[in-house]
Amino acid sequence: MKIIVCIKQVPDAKDVRLDPETNTLAREGVESIMNPFDQHALEAGVSLKESCGGEVTVLSMGPPQAEAVLRQAISCGADHAVLVSDRSFAGADTWATSYTLAKAVDQIGEYDLIICGKQAIDGDTAQVGPGLGMRLGIPYATCIQKICSADESTIVFERMMDDGYDVLQSGYPLLMTVVKDINEPRVPSLRGKMKAKKAEIRVLSAKDIAADPSCIGLPGSPTQVVKVFPPEPRGTRAIFTGDVDEQVEQLVEKLKPYLV
Amino acid sequence: MLKIDKKLCIGCGICEDQCPFAAIEIVDNIAVVGDNCNLCGACVEACEVEALSIDDTGKVVQDDLESWSGIWVFCEFTRGGLAAVSTELLGIGRTLADKRRVQLSAVLLGHKTGDCADTLIGHGADIVYRVDNPGLELFTDDMYEKVLSDLIKEHKPEVILAGATAIGRSFIPGVATSVDAGLTADCTKLEIREDDGALLQTRPAFGGNIMATIVCPHTRPQMATVRPKVMKERPFDTQREGQVIDIMATPRQLTSRIKVLESVTATQSNVNIQESDILVSGGRGLDSEKGFELIARLAEALGGNVSASRAVVDAGWIPYPHQVGQTGKTVAPKLYVACGISGAIQHVAGMQSSETIVAINRDAEAPIFNVADFGIVGDLNEVIPKLIAKIEEKRGS
Amino acid sequence: MEHFLTEEQQMIVDIARQITDERIIPQRAELDEKHEFPRAILNEMGQADMFAIPIPEAYGGFGGSCLDIVLALEELGRGCIGVGTAFAASSLGVYPILIGGSEEMKQKYLPDVATGSKFAAFGLTEANAGSDASGIQTTAVLDGEEWVLNGTKQWITNGGEAQIYTIVAMTDKHKGARGASMFVVEEGDPGFSCGPKEIKMGIRASSTTELIFKDCRIPKDRIIGRRGTGFITVMKTLDVSRPGIAALGVGLAQGALDMAATYAKQREQFGKPIIGFQAVQHMLANMATELEAARALTYAAARHIDANPKDMSKVSSMCKVFATDTAMKVTTDAVQVMGGYGYMCEYPAEKMMRDAKILQIYEGTNQVQRNVIGQELNKEYNR
Repeated sequence: MKIIVCIKQVPDAKDVRLDPETNTLAREGVESIMNPFDQHALEAGVSLKESCGGEVTVLSMGPPQAEAVLRQAISCGADHAVLVSDRSFAGADTWATSYTLAKAVDQIGEYDLIICGKQAIDGDTAQVGPGLGMRLGIPYATCIQKICSADESTIVFERMMDDGYDVLQSGYPLLMTVVKDINEPRVPSLRGKMKAKKAEIRVLSAKDIAADPSCIGLPGSPTQVVKVFPPEPRGTRAIFTGDVDEQVEQLVEKLKPYLV
Repeated sequence: MLKIDKKLCIGCGICEDQCPFAAIEIVDNIAVVGDNCNLCGACVEACEVEALSIDDTGKVVQDDLESWSGIWVFCEFTRGGLAAVSTELLGIGRTLADKRRVQLSAVLLGHKTGDCADTLIGHGADIVYRVDNPGLELFTDDMYEKVLSDLIKEHKPEVILAGATAIGRSFIPGVATSVDAGLTADCTKLEIREDDGALLQTRPAFGGNIMATIVCPHTRPQMATVRPKVMKERPFDTQREGQVIDIMATPRQLTSRIKVLESVTATQSNVNIQESDILVSGGRGLDSEKGFELIARLAEALGGNVSASRAVVDAGWIPYPHQVGQTGKTVAPKLYVACGISGAIQHVAGMQSSETIVAINRDAEAPIFNVADFGIVGDLNEVIPKLIAKIEEKRGS
Repeated sequence: MEHFLTEEQQMIVDIARQITDERIIPQRAELDEKHEFPRAILNEMGQADMFAIPIPEAYGGFGGSCLDIVLALEELGRGCIGVGTAFAASSLGVYPILIGGSEEMKQKYLPDVATGSKFAAFGLTEANAGSDASGIQTTAVLDGEEWVLNGTKQWITNGGEAQIYTIVAMTDKHKGARGASMFVVEEGDPGFSCGPKEIKMGIRASSTTELIFKDCRIPKDRIIGRRGTGFITVMKTLDVSRPGIAALGVGLAQGALDMAATYAKQREQFGKPIIGFQAVQHMLANMATELEAARALTYAAARHIDANPKDMSKVSSMCKVFATDTAMKVTTDAVQVMGGYGYMCEYPAEKMMRDAKILQIYEGTNQVQRNVIGQELNKEYNR
């Protein structure tokens, strides 16, 4: 089975903090990591490769330093890595990103399955996966929480819904986005790390993927950020004083409207 | 491209501090931008001498912008009922339509939708495009996408809103790609821009650390998804009148390459926390899984339900459907009691619309107190039992 | 402190660190409470190639050095030395095969251990033979094409969980030092069974059982090396494995220091964090200094062994005795710094102190280590 896994290098959102005094993002010591949902996507791809045979290619659109997460993917079982990188991709929104990735997939060649993480923790849109599926003209399903079975012609899987789940069946090619419940990403192996160190990353530029300049980067993005500002503070911050009993007494007084 | 006016730049470094991607730095007293700049604009906003700007030449402007008209809301009909988010979106849709002086239309897909169309009209819709067909009873991405995309291409609405539910987040991006529209996810605020009538879409970014306002100046339609409980529905108006247009789904639209084998509804144990008016939420401060027994007792005393932060769901102390936050559910109950939750921005993003927030935490510096209306600094193992006792006492009296 | 690791050594540390942070630390309290063997964690370590480190490349391993193994065990020890012991004991179990086994024997057993699909155990200790290994009473008698083993081994790590057991038995009682031989016994061999798991003060994730041989019959070719080389193989095995135990001690001490220092920064009494009080600061300073000394000695011993494999007894005993005594001291002091919180089972400190004790006892008690060092010094200065 030929599997492509799309991954993204993101700042570790849990470390990105708002400095309460200056209201600015304190980004000291914020690491760049593989998007956590993509780690699950990679594990799903590698597990499928191990049970069904085949190979996994990881693909990422990003600046040159994104190579680090591609190597990390190889240390966890990916066979090939492709980085599609060009200054002209800067400022891409999800529309332009899915266009760029689709053109890169065309360069990779044949595939049976494309696996993406549900969303990237910096953008949080969960839009690139479906967009990519649409552009490639293949069926897609999002929020997959379990792969029930997979063979050379059919795959059966569970899609998480707000109030339960659906069991779906599809042939190939197919694109799926996965949620964290699907698996536990493996720790890299020593052999994998050594392979990753020596691996050759295929780099594709805008020219290599024959990208239409009006469809990539900022020019290719229908959405545009016009303003960025800190969130409005809320809360009256009434912290009670006194001993525990006194504090509890005061709190319950305030909660009276809810005790009907 | 980020443009740096070297004549104006004073090398103060505010941009370097502001950049979440470490993509700009001061070299020899002038700002220099790196490869990983992604044009988010945080530095442009922060620069006090206006030395930074984003150059957006090269954009292709759609030539028929004026011919797109009307505000649409995709209304979700699932398991025989209308999703609450649909009427919430009609509320904001009505405001936008009035501002633009255009019609508000609802798109209803499903089967045996009954009098839903009337409900939608009562909540603000002028027109309901109804596609009622047995093939649409269960949600499939490609069928829903084809139906909605075709309708959009035919009627050319300027704005389409949809709920950021499992269904919405799944097929709406597909629709946006199909109709070449810009799509903004999880909007918390929607307004019309004065000068050109474009839709201003505000949403949290970087886990809620920052708010961004987004616009699609050169393309139509403009699409946005909104999480449940963020917008308010208008009260049902029995006097409102509107038009229901029944559309026949075509065979092409009704084919899907993915088959639904089974649709499973959650069992009793999976409470939908988004429907609760009162939530008592537990976090790392509980110290162990057993702590949730205390949380459950407090929830019971208040007549509410139990929710949780991501940390304890990841630790396996409580299942994922209870998770509140950026990667969990957004909730807006009347009362949210955060116990042993530090208040990381990603959690706050999921509950900051609650009417009243109470925080109990042993760390006085915990960020949760910044968003709380009332707070107790103390050991929850001591505070909660006393709180329960006091509540029961007040109820009894 | 900079220790100038190579890129490959850093890879080993990074993987071990990830396993410790993402798998061991979240589960250690439960494994300890339930006395549960960490099978899932060990399986993942197998998949990550950790078990391959000490095995030569010819048998599917990485041919790692003594320092490589020390680095891995130190990281794991920071998480839980119960898990670390289970892992280390498997290598201990196959060292006899590596040291004295025939080519066929190595090909037969080592590859599975390298992948982590099979675990090994080392069986020497008996009820009447601990420090005095020569007192073992398990016998092996050649009967035609089979060896017949009789006797009982006590307190064997990985007992009941391993598939491969390397056993020391008396083959010629009257020959004294040349009277013992080593054998490979496999799970399922007729007449071989394991006793129930012992309940221990610490390292509860590690499985410790009796090994019972009642007319246990094994094929003739299961003898490791030549008849009579048993005690020599044992000595060589323990020499090689001692730095690993030292590494567990260093890791454990590091984990305890991290816990105590973090606590001291957060806990406020008399108006300030207790780390601001000299009494506490001096304790932490001593802990940190002794830990660095233990680490430096262990790394130096490992590097020495890698360069001088024939001269390892003194340095390997030195690092074992020093690092394990340090671990006991640092974990005890950590509980003290943490006061009441250190004593409560809700927090990891008390487990660390309970775990530390065994490091001073197994793989040769620290009294025996001092004997070894003393004897080596005696030889050195006897010129």
